[in-house]
Amino acid sequence: MAVTAVREKPSAIHTSLEAIVEVKGICKSYGNVEALRDINLDFPRGKLTSLLGPSGCGKTTLLKIIAGLIGASAGSVTVDGKRVSGPGPERAFVFQDFALMPWATVLRNVAFGLELRGTGKAERDEIARRYIAQVGLSGFEDKYPHELSGGMRQRVGLARALSVDAEVLLLDEPFSAVDEQNRRKFQEDLIRLRSAQNKTFIFVTHSIEEAVYISDRIVLLSPRPGRVSQVIEPDIDRSGDPDRIHRDKHYLDTVEEIWQGLKQYVE
Amino acid sequence: MTLFGYRIPMMASLLVWCVAWEIVGRLDLVFLLPPFSDVLAAAFQLVQSPSWQDATVTTLRAFTIGIALAIALGIPLGILMGRIKIADDLLGMWVNIFASAPLSALVPVLMILFGFGERTIIAAVFLFAVWIIVLDTRAGVRHVSPSLIEMARSYGATKPALYAKIILWAALPEILAGIRLGLIRGVKGVVIGQLLVAIVGYGALFETFSRNFRMAEFWALTIILFAFAMLIAELIERIEGKVEYYAGARQ
Repeated sequence: MAVTAVREKPSAIHTSLEAIVEVKGICKSYGNVEALRDINLDFPRGKLTSLLGPSGCGKTTLLKIIAGLIGASAGSVTVDGKRVSGPGPERAFVFQDFALMPWATVLRNVAFGLELRGTGKAERDEIARRYIAQVGLSGFEDKYPHELSGGMRQRVGLARALSVDAEVLLLDEPFSAVDEQNRRKFQEDLIRLRSAQNKTFIFVTHSIEEAVYISDRIVLLSPRPGRVSQVIEPDIDRSGDPDRIHRDKHYLDTVEEIWQGLKQYVE
Repeated sequence: MTLFGYRIPMMASLLVWCVAWEIVGRLDLVFLLPPFSDVLAAAFQLVQSPSWQDATVTTLRAFTIGIALAIALGIPLGILMGRIKIADDLLGMWVNIFASAPLSALVPVLMILFGFGERTIIAAVFLFAVWIIVLDTRAGVRHVSPSLIEMARSYGATKPALYAKIILWAALPEILAGIRLGLIRGVKGVVIGQLLVAIVGYGALFETFSRNFRMAEFWALTIILFAFAMLIAELIERIEGKVEYYAGARQ
């Protein structure tokens, strides 16, 4: 964390850290339905920020706008000071339903981002193998997605996002289609991966526990239309045993606090 | 298939029917049905005759060209209709009409357009085969998972790369099914075309055999054609089986 502290800028208002992704005045409507209203957010470099909210709050829409996959009705997104007008190499997306090519091996799936960029086969395979090992899938390079469990498939999705070496990783409810045991293991792995990668993560989830467990910052969105209702920075020490966090008093208090805030939106 | 614990070879049922045919033929009930052994003998003679060999070459060539054209045009048209709404609105009705219309009625029109020769046959094969390829390709493209397309876009895929690396592959099971059905329809097209033109290939042979009541040869030729149609359908099915490992596992 010392690295990010050096980058501190006095001019930043919302946060004490330099923002890599800035969202200004984002609105999004589908016909008469207002999905997002005037979203203003900064995402600090090297941090994991969660977008948390009940279904229908537009959190995935916001993530896809940041990814450049869908356009906003108003407002702008900048990444590293450059305005977003479409997908770019500095951002990589991890999909809720994994979005793996069923006709391609794990190796080709992981290397696909590099393949699209025109990286040579030998080089991209070597990079892909490295990240396959990092997500714990060594030995599965020549398997096809349908031969893997849900958790392993999402590891492929994560390795693909890591291998393009993007600064910002956008994760859209990556664990929601993964069973409970695998999800917990995956969350622990993500914490470990984060400390090694020093990348910026933007993470969409509807699970309060998951958000508190892994996030440096949590942005609470309220539904219909989606607005920022609260920004929380859970101050949890994640350096030790990951299992300890689940029993940490601060962790439990934060979960409870967020739940009290969100309760009003749930019938 | 197993019966009483014994494995029955796949062609066993066919054998039963051949025996039945032989018996009915021997009984001399219908003049149209000579014994199956006569038909087999005729088939052996037929395949050695130059007239059959010439006819086969002509027929195969027209069939291959017609099918190649149907695939080359049908797949792009299907992709276009699957991806672009205006194209679908404009062409959808016509493709559906042609896919279900009695196309034999159109072959005389083809003769006026293309003359009494190979070009009419090629046109007939094309006309019979292309629509089902278009429809199946369109259906396949429609079912490509939107998140796969989003994935390709998010990793910077260009339009051509999106089609060549994602859409075509994701729609491949349906495209192959369309090609298989198109091949079978193409066999129909080549026979009907040749029968109507009557002076080309198998059409000329069929005409001679039936006009001179050479029923053994007539049936021999029919069986050869059936066998050919089944063989190519089987071949495509094999390829389909190979891509099915992922088709069945599609998200």
